[in-house]
Amino acid sequence: MLKQWLKKQSVDSKFETLRFSVAIIIALLVAFGLILLVSKEPFEALRHLFLGPISKFRKIGNVVETAIPLTFLGLSVSVMFSANQFNMGSSGALFMGGTVAAIVGLTLPLPTGIHPLVALLFAGVVGGIITSIPAIIKLKWNASELVSSLMLNFVALNLGLYLIMNHFRDPDAGTLASFKFPATALLPTLVKGTRIHFGIFIVILMVIVIWLFLAKTKWGYALRMTGMNMNFAKYSGISTAAVILYSQFIGGFLAGMAGAVEVLGMYDRFRWQMMPTYAFDGVIVAVLGKRNPIFVPVAAILLAYIRVGADTMSVNSDVSYEMISIIQGFIIIMIAANAFLKHYRQKMVVKEATSHD
Amino acid sequence: MQEIVRMVDILKVYPNGIVANQKVNFSIVEGEIHALVGENGAGKSTLMKILFGIEQPTEGSIVLNGQEVKFSNPQEAIKHGIGMVHQHFMLVPSLTVAENIVLGDEPKKAGGLLDIQKAIADTAEIAKRYHFDIDPKAKVEDCSVGTKQKIEILKALFHGAKVLILDEPTAVLTPQETSELFKELMLLKDKGHTIVFISHKLNEVKEITDRITIMRAGKDVGTYDTDKVSKEDISNLMVGREIVWDLDKSKAEPRDVAVQVENVTLVNEHKRKLLDDVNFSIRKGEILGVVGVEGNGQRELVDVLTGLQQASLGTITINGENIQRYSIRKIRDLGLSHIPEDRMTLGVAEYASIEENLLSIYFDKPEFLNGPFMKLKQINAWAKEKVVDYRVKTGSEKTPVKMLSGGNIQKVVVAREFSNNPKVIIADQPTRGIDVGAAQFIHKKLIELRDKGCAVLLVSADLTEVMDLSDSLVVFYNGRIVGYFEDASLLSETELGLYMLGLKAQSEAEIRRCVYA
Repeated sequence: MLKQWLKKQSVDSKFETLRFSVAIIIALLVAFGLILLVSKEPFEALRHLFLGPISKFRKIGNVVETAIPLTFLGLSVSVMFSANQFNMGSSGALFMGGTVAAIVGLTLPLPTGIHPLVALLFAGVVGGIITSIPAIIKLKWNASELVSSLMLNFVALNLGLYLIMNHFRDPDAGTLASFKFPATALLPTLVKGTRIHFGIFIVILMVIVIWLFLAKTKWGYALRMTGMNMNFAKYSGISTAAVILYSQFIGGFLAGMAGAVEVLGMYDRFRWQMMPTYAFDGVIVAVLGKRNPIFVPVAAILLAYIRVGADTMSVNSDVSYEMISIIQGFIIIMIAANAFLKHYRQKMVVKEATSHD
Repeated sequence: MQEIVRMVDILKVYPNGIVANQKVNFSIVEGEIHALVGENGAGKSTLMKILFGIEQPTEGSIVLNGQEVKFSNPQEAIKHGIGMVHQHFMLVPSLTVAENIVLGDEPKKAGGLLDIQKAIADTAEIAKRYHFDIDPKAKVEDCSVGTKQKIEILKALFHGAKVLILDEPTAVLTPQETSELFKELMLLKDKGHTIVFISHKLNEVKEITDRITIMRAGKDVGTYDTDKVSKEDISNLMVGREIVWDLDKSKAEPRDVAVQVENVTLVNEHKRKLLDDVNFSIRKGEILGVVGVEGNGQRELVDVLTGLQQASLGTITINGENIQRYSIRKIRDLGLSHIPEDRMTLGVAEYASIEENLLSIYFDKPEFLNGPFMKLKQINAWAKEKVVDYRVKTGSEKTPVKMLSGGNIQKVVVAREFSNNPKVIIADQPTRGIDVGAAQFIHKKLIELRDKGCAVLLVSADLTEVMDLSDSLVVFYNGRIVGYFEDASLLSETELGLYMLGLKAQSEAEIRRCVYA
């Protein structure tokens, strides 16, 4: 079975699978080495790192909860990067999405069921507007979307904080947080003993929608062609400006929704005081998932697993959480390094090319 | 005669899996001009890149003057007396001729500064020795294409080249420049240099070379004395089948005007007129050829006709509709198809599949859509059909285009552009750098479409192509039309060359004949 399947794969996809696996294994070996160096009880630490996430039901819940926003942001970045736009505005879109969801939750009196959906919708639109701004600036004045989106994140962060802290802050909360959301606005928890919430259905739906959108619709096709060769798309008569706009809007919409889902699913108040790191994690997930909506959740779960493992390890052993950032860094560098294992690939190619004669 | 270079059993597999050379053997003797001929994609350039150290062979060896050598980069090859002039010049345009020539082995003053006086003197000296007429102090960007090529050759000689590899040196030259180049090559030969001449222009090969090595599909199919083989023999060996030399083309029956170009001027940001008051018509049922030395307005003409650029002044109408301010999409909807000059930047998305590349102008046509969803099964069947119809050699229509050879990529472009019953075709270098088989196929299709009443504009740097295929011709010089020839078949290459170089021009009234009512 496996052999037959392998035979059908091209050299490229075989090689990519190999490269990914080797990258992850090397990164884990490096992690292993580092833990041996810094820890007095390295095997205990490793046990927590690798088995921690499945040691308790609650921990499995943690993995799923973490994977939800990671999937959203992985999708967001995948869509934006697929149009070859290096828009990093997901961060800002996420933060403002959370803010808007909190405001809708606190101000609009709506019935259960409708309330969070309206909040999600508003959050998505605001998120979409935020990531569209760098795209518009690029189209009009040719400014790098990478730079303007990173700068815009600060605007979004501080605008959000201003709105919450000056207009919706609960002075009795004890910490810097908004008033409590009414019960109608919350996304209900699904599994007892965890915080796995209704957002999981929304994210699964989004995976399917974005997959259909990219692979099956005319808009997805135009987006992919624009991303692969903008000149070709233009020459073919595709309106690349429109493509850039809608791709960035959709990316921001997903990130905005992620913010709303997180705020309404995980908390009862708006509690963010600084930028959550999810947005940059979105880049990691998108790269790991090769910008394919179907692989994105897998990559998100893998990353969430490592995160929860690291968390468990840092609580229960003498290895700190920072170690995990090092491991992540290694995986990303290995995967981003296109020429990694190049010689091995050449051998595979030569073998394949000369075997036909 | 002594053998100077021998390449033994060269195997080259590129990272994308293309086997460019399969156990090729190649040998040259001192003091000869040796032609390396073959269709594009036959592996000529790869073989020479290996000799020059740009590429390393997967297997096989190189013997130079009886000793086995390994070049891991061009510097090493240069040290061993091998020089190469590439198809695309590798000069620094903002530097002077002398600076370019000494680059890499500069004469230095004390303190490591460039001794510019010595560089100029050296350049003048070497130019004189080889009878090259060149000004060492001129800036390269101001030089003509022919001069740039001379600079490249001199540069190789300056660095001590005994063996000189010329990769399609005449592709960019006018007939006059070509004959000048040949004189210089003969002189180099007399001085004891050995020349490898890569080409697929058989007339030139017959004219200048002593021996010929022919390559086909990555293999060498033999080395011959040039005077013992005929052009027909060579071409048969190259393609492995009989080529019909004459295009099977009936006389054109031009009908009414499809495209009217009136007073079109294009001014660039430096206020230079790239197109200067251009007037002409393309009629239904004719192929109008556009010739000119590269950079005389042909590219800009194609750009304004296809909507890639807006003309500064003047009007262009396609079937009566003024296309000013029209988007590319709107112009395409009028029935215009465009084969772009540079297929890799405009013509395809190389990482996308053949199918996706075929689809780019059809993807939102109602017959392929179900609401916003593409009818993927139907599209796949359609793509399969196109792959067969246009003889694209591939295992599957899902193969990424970058895995195909140049000729097959061009067939994908042509299949897409010809499949929508075009009314107007702008074919810009439609067969540049592709093999004879694919080129013939494209020529046939163009004639077929012409006979169906399509208006065709053919821009090509290949004079044989443009003269054989066109019914009428316009010559561009300096952004202007300087000649119109109603019957292209009555024209000689020499005559055309005079117009291309701006040495001859027709009167206003004569040129005006290319505007039809």
